[in-house]
Parts: sequence; C-alpha cells; structure tokens
Amino acid sequence: MKKEILKLRDVKVYFPVKAGVFNRTVGHVMAVDGVDLDIYRGEVLGLAGESGCGKTTLGKAILRLVEPTNGEVTYVSKEDDETELTSLEKKDMDPFRKKLQIVFQDPHSSLNPSFTIFGSLQDPLKKFGVNSKEERRKIIGDLLEAVNMRREYMDRYPHEFSGGQRQRIGIVRALCLDPELIVCDEAVSALDVSIQAQVLQLLMQLKKDNNLTYLFITHDLSVTEYLCDRIAVMYLGRIVELCDSEDLYKNTLHPYSEALISAIPVADLDKKTKRIVLEGDVPSPVNPPKGCPFHPRCPKAKDICKTEVPTLKKYSTNGNEHYASCHLIDLPEIS
Amino acid sequence: MVKTSLDRKFDQIKKREEEKSFSIKKRSRIVSKFLNNRLAVVGLIIFTIIILASLFAPLLSPYDPMRVDLRSMRQAPSFDHWFGTDSTGRDVFTRVLFGGRVSIFIGLGSAILSAVVGIAVGCYAGYKGGWIDVIALRISEIFMSFPQIILVLLLVSITGQSLFNLMAIFILTGWGGMYRLARARMLSLREEEYVQALRSFGLSTFTICYKHMLPNALSPIMVNITLSTAMFILTEAGLSFLGLGVPLNIPTWGNILNVAQDILILQNYWWMWGPVGLVISVFVLCVNFIGDGLRDSTDPSQQG
Ligand SMILES: Nc1ncnc2c1ncn2[C@@H]1O[C@H](COP(=O)(O)OP(=O)(O)OP(=O)(O)O)[C@@H](O)[C@H]1O
Ligand code: SF4
Ligand SMILES: [Mg+2]
Repeated sequence: MKKEILKLRDVKVYFPVKAGVFNRTVGHVMAVDGVDLDIYRGEVLGLAGESGCGKTTLGKAILRLVEPTNGEVTYVSKEDDETELTSLEKKDMDPFRKKLQIVFQDPHSSLNPSFTIFGSLQDPLKKFGVNSKEERRKIIGDLLEAVNMRREYMDRYPHEFSGGQRQRIGIVRALCLDPELIVCDEAVSALDVSIQAQVLQLLMQLKKDNNLTYLFITHDLSVTEYLCDRIAVMYLGRIVELCDSEDLYKNTLHPYSEALISAIPVADLDKKTKRIVLEGDVPSPVNPPKGCPFHPRCPKAKDICKTEVPTLKKYSTNGNEHYASCHLIDLPEIS
Repeated sequence: MVKTSLDRKFDQIKKREEEKSFSIKKRSRIVSKFLNNRLAVVGLIIFTIIILASLFAPLLSPYDPMRVDLRSMRQAPSFDHWFGTDSTGRDVFTRVLFGGRVSIFIGLGSAILSAVVGIAVGCYAGYKGGWIDVIALRISEIFMSFPQIILVLLLVSITGQSLFNLMAIFILTGWGGMYRLARARMLSLREEEYVQALRSFGLSTFTICYKHMLPNALSPIMVNITLSTAMFILTEAGLSFLGLGVPLNIPTWGNILNVAQDILILQNYWWMWGPVGLVISVFVLCVNFIGDGLRDSTDPSQQG
C-alpha cells in the first residue's frame, strides 16, 4: 500500500518583475503555476523538464526556501499525521526541516569556502540538539565514510576537494539530520559522466540504507529511466505528464514528453528513432501563451489548443495510473 | 602483482602530491601573494616602524612633547633635536612621535568603527532584503551626502572641539561606504547554495549572515578599511590644520602642521612643518600600498 509523504495542492510560486524608476511591479514570473503532486514514501520521483521550467523553484518551495504564493504543501508523517507546511510560522517549521532536505546542483557554490567541512556542518547539528563536539564529529565522520570518503576530510576546506567529492559532501550535509525526503536538484549534472554514475549509485545505496524518498530533479531524461519509480514532466511551471517511469517511455501520452524522449541519444545504431525537434525557445514564464502553454511549439497543435487550457487528467496505461494534460489523447479518462 | 621500479616511483609521487596538495591552506596562498608584492611589503614594513615608534615614543625620545622650553626656541635640526624645535621650544621629533599616536588612533579607530557599524547594518539588511534594506539604503545615502566639513563646523560650534567629536563625525560620514560594500557582497552571496542549505536547516538569520556569510565578504572590506584609514588621517590633518580638528593642545600630525599657517614659519622654519608633512605623506602612501596589496592578493579573479 502506497502512502504519501508529501502532498502538493495547487502550488504556485510567482516572482514579481520590477521595473522603472520607482521599482514598480510590472508583472510576474510564473515559475511554478499550479502544481498538484503526491510524493509517496520510499519512491524516487523524477521531475524532468527544460531549463527554466521551474523545477528548482518547486523543490525550494517544498522546503520553503522560497515562499509559495499560493497552494498547500502537506507533510504526512509515518504515523499519518498531516501538517500543512506553508501556513506554519518560521519557527514551527523546525521539526519538518529535519525531515526535508536538499542536495544542490552546483558543487562549487554549495560549500562555504571559509569553513572546514566540519565547521560548516556542525551548526545544523548543534541546532538540532547534538550538543557534544565528539558526537558531532562522530556523526559527520560516519556519514563521510558512508559516502566513501575518509573521516579526516572533515577538517579540510572545500577547495581541497574535486567536484565529485564536493557533491558527496553535499549529500552528507543533506543526510546529517536523518531526513525522510531529499530533493536532489540536478545533483549530478555538473559532474563528469563517469563520476555521475558513481554518485548516482551512492544515492541509491543511501536510499536503501536509510529508507529515503527522493524528489529527483533533472533535465536529462536518459538518467531517470533507471532511477525513478515515477516521473513528472514539467513545462512552464506546470506538470504536463506524470506516470510510472516505464510507461513514460513506452506509452508516452504528451507531445512534449515525446519530444524530450526522442532527444535522448541512443547507443543502439540500428534502432532508428525519429527525433522530434522542438522549434523555438521556451516561452517566457512572464507571459505564458494562451490556451495550452505548449501550443506554439507543439507539432500536433490544433485550433482548440490555442484557446483552451488542457487540464491534467487521469488515464490508465498498462494498468497504471497515468496523468497527462493534452486535448488530443484518445484514451478513456478515469475519474 | 609485482611492482616495477616505475610503479614505485609513481606511488611515491602520488603520495607526495597528496600530502602537499592537502597541506596547502587557503590563507597561506593569500599571504604568499601579498609577500610577492614588493610595494605592499615595503609599505607594511614602514607602516609597522611608524606605529611601533609612536607606541614606544617615550623610549625613543628624552623630551616631553608638551613641555615648553623657552631657551631653545626655533632651533634648526641638530643632533639634540633631530627635527629641530618649534616656537615654544618643544622638540618637533618627539611631537611627531606622540602626534602619530593620536593621528593613527583616529584614522584606524574611525575606519574600524565605521566598518563595524557598516558591516553590522549591511550584512543584515543585504541578507534580509525587503523594507529593512530599502530604509537602511536611504539612511546611508543621507549620511553620505552630508558634507563632512559642515558637520564638523556644526559640532564644533555646539559642543566644542574634541577628539571624540571628530571620530564620531568620521564614523557618521564613513559607515555608509562600508555599509554599501557589505550589502553588495551579501546580495550576491545570499544566492549561493551553501547559504540556501543553511536556510534549509532553519538556522537563525544571525548565525547565517554574521557567522557563515561574513567571512566571505571580509576581504573587500579589509581593503576598504586600510584605504579609509589613510583618508581619515588626511582629513584629520586637514581639519586640524584649519584649527577645526582635535584641540590644539593635543599633539596630532595635523596640529603640528597647524603652525605652517603662519607665513613667517612657512618661509623661515621649514623643519616645523616639513618633516611632519613628509611623515603624513609616507604613512598614507604606505597604508595605500598595503590596501592595494591586500586587494590584489584576496581578489579571486586575479588568482594565478
Ligand atoms: N528569485 C527569483 N526571482 C525571479 N525569478 C526567478 C527567481 N528564481 C527563479 N526565477 C525564474 O523562475 C523560472 C524557473 O526557474 P528555476 O530555477 O526553477 O528553473 P529550473 O527548471 O530549475 O531550470 P534549470 O534546469 O536551469 O535549473 C525561471 O524563469 C527563472 O528565471
Ligand atoms: S493540448 Fe494541443 S498544444 Fe498542447 S500538447 Fe496537446 S496537442 Fe500539443
Ligand atoms: Mg534548477
């Protein structure tokens, strides 16, 4: 039986666009524009989409690193207690900050250059009640070993480490309070391919050892297939398709996902796939197109797409739930 | 597997590299870069000499900087009086040494205190943003656009001349620059991912901005402190020369220079103003060299 750990309802994050001498708000960047999403305990949920579609912002909104403009983020504990996070006072967030953590994209800015690893990791531990220094050193040392690094590294400065090592230290930081859900924001994109594989393997190992749930953000659909249980595809701040990862590749419903998948390089030369090239850039999230936000670039667009916004509907493929938002899907909708 | 001699050599090289690359600390790189800058090193040496000489003035000179000695008025430099004596027979060299104490204290003290104020406000406002930032920015603009000399005149006429007043004015007009510098650094630092990570733990604003972010904003601030020290020393000298600075009975470099207002002295007794003028110039120059050296050695974009 699948149980939720996090429920997002109509989450929106708008950033004001300011201009002019008086710094007036002239519009909004709709970075995340109405996302409904359930994340289940113990799963790896992939979140894919082009650059700028709001993946990072959604991840940050979950941790309240940016304040959602609208919507609800509900945390469900192991004992099924539900807590709505966005309405909590800052200080009441603390117990949930332990449960929700994040690993960042850029290994170069993710560690404080002025502190040793221990120096920058000890404050969070102190805050959450690990009062003796020996104990803090032990926790960090153990975690360093868990990510295949030496204990002694905790007394070194970030500039002494390679990108892959820094990323593993970032993982240590996310793990140090024993979280339940980790948002991995393109945790491996900045690394060499060979090191990517290493870090991914490590992440999966840690997931197994610590019963973690991952929200795995990526712009690269070739990685997600093997890692993720389910995948959500995002476009211009909205989720356009959400299904089991196998179904996404075999029974693609949304034209945008189709285009993304066709762009994955294939090693097998005999297997000819037609590559769908998307024309034009991602439209500005300040002025998203009317109707289906994807219609200016969609190879299948019809007249209805220009006027009516498709909603995320539930279908069934392969006996699994499969959500997609497109007018042209000829499968029976499931209520 | 049998290790060939080549293998062993590689092992050794690898081992050495590991040890070496891990023993180099960030600080030492900055220090060595600073030491490579000749001007900065010369500046630092002369700066240290002048400061030590001022601190240990009583050991270096047998005279009292305040004692009037009418038998030895306006004597030219000699073995007894290196810089000669002034109109009331006081030893000018001694006065320059003791004057250095006050002048450097004012310059360095004002620079450090305005940095403390500027950093305290700038870090918090820059990190927090929002209305706090807007208000702090406007206030700093008001203070920075206030003409220093009018403030000095005002305060002197209201409360009289004093060392404390002068420093207060320097700090009031000087913190704005430091504030802006600190704020600008914080604005760019707060988007760094390590700051986001700290926030995701819900650490307090104070811990995040003063403990974790500030060290990364310090190097431009250090440079600015040295440069403003030089500026404050010059301003003190200028104001004291005009008779608006530190009360005349306290020897400062500016007050010693004050005698040059008299055209007679300016023309006939060069030793009463020449040496002290030179000391001021040299000191200010040295401080500027140090500042430049610091800037070059801490600027990450110039890392070689
Ligand atoms: N603090 C902010 N202020 C204003 N606009 C922002 C801010 N953060 C993000 N945005 C905008 O929101 C949109 C979504 O950004 P986001 O970083 O979430 O994209 P992303 O999907 O993570 O992209 P990438 O793959 O490049 O990381 C972008 O158009 C971006 O310019
Ligand atoms: S609704 Fe129309 S434009 Fe949008 S994805 Fe479907 S076919 Fe393309
Ligand atoms: Mg991103």
